[in-house]
Amino acid sequence: MLAHAIFFYFFSFVAIISAIMVTASKNTVHSVFFLILDFISISCLFIMIGAEFLGMIMLIVYVGAVAVLFLFVVMMLNVTQQKNQWFKSSETSTHIPVGLIVSLIIFFELIIVIGGWKYKPDIIKNFSDSLISNSTNTHTIGSVLYTEYIHLFQISGMILLVAMIGAIVLTFRKREGVKRQNYFSQISREKNQGVEVVEVKSNEGVKIDV
Amino acid sequence: MFEVSLGHYLTLGAIIFTIGIIGIFLNRKNVIVILMSIELILLAVNINLVSFSIFLQDLSGQIFTLFILTVAAAEAAIGLAIIVVYYRNAGTIRVEEIQNLKG
Repeated sequence: MLAHAIFFYFFSFVAIISAIMVTASKNTVHSVFFLILDFISISCLFIMIGAEFLGMIMLIVYVGAVAVLFLFVVMMLNVTQQKNQWFKSSETSTHIPVGLIVSLIIFFELIIVIGGWKYKPDIIKNFSDSLISNSTNTHTIGSVLYTEYIHLFQISGMILLVAMIGAIVLTFRKREGVKRQNYFSQISREKNQGVEVVEVKSNEGVKIDV
Repeated sequence: MFEVSLGHYLTLGAIIFTIGIIGIFLNRKNVIVILMSIELILLAVNINLVSFSIFLQDLSGQIFTLFILTVAAAEAAIGLAIIVVYYRNAGTIRVEEIQNLKG
């Protein structure tokens, strides 16, 4: 139990510090790296409390895909030189005190909700006993996800498809001087515009109309 | 002290959620950091769902965490595509200079 507490405090400390550094660091590339560190420590927490499948999926999806996507966009847009200007904004703006007040109010509301939380003593009996079985975490998630939540699963696949098509359509552009395939002209080509096969007799040559 | 309960995980989620909101409000740099703050907020929601799911012995929280992961990945892809298009058109993604709507 002591080791559990030590690992919990270590990983949550790393997660909070790196979350602060995501918003506070001057270089955007450093922000992305701290975001990766945050995801890794949170996925270690997930693995530690028994949600191994979600921890591994967090590693694959967030660290392997989303953070690398952020890195690519930062690399393409040349924004690393735009330094952070929190406290020396040009005009006297009121966004810093307003933002701090709103954030602190939200934080204390969340703490009040957590601190005053009491369960009915028999609440755990009312839930399903799907976690008590002997099979692994991945097995139980699969057996629930593909039976009870199969429609939500397929809809989430459709969301990913729409997001992929939307990203391609948004960033697609036609540039001058680039040769590309024109499917319509390829398909609508007639036979007499195509290649002609000529029988060539030997020692006579062939005359080609140019 | 040494007993890690549900309240510890919920407090961690609340702290990361608040850091994400502070990052959205106080950001003057570029829009990419705002997208990263949104990812932090979704991460805090995932922490809450997974810890409730573990401590209450109910698997629905982990299933919904999977769906939130899906939506977060889609949102990151679309948001970054919008940022790339805006940078191509306007030449900047600084938060102070994106003011076409005069908001």
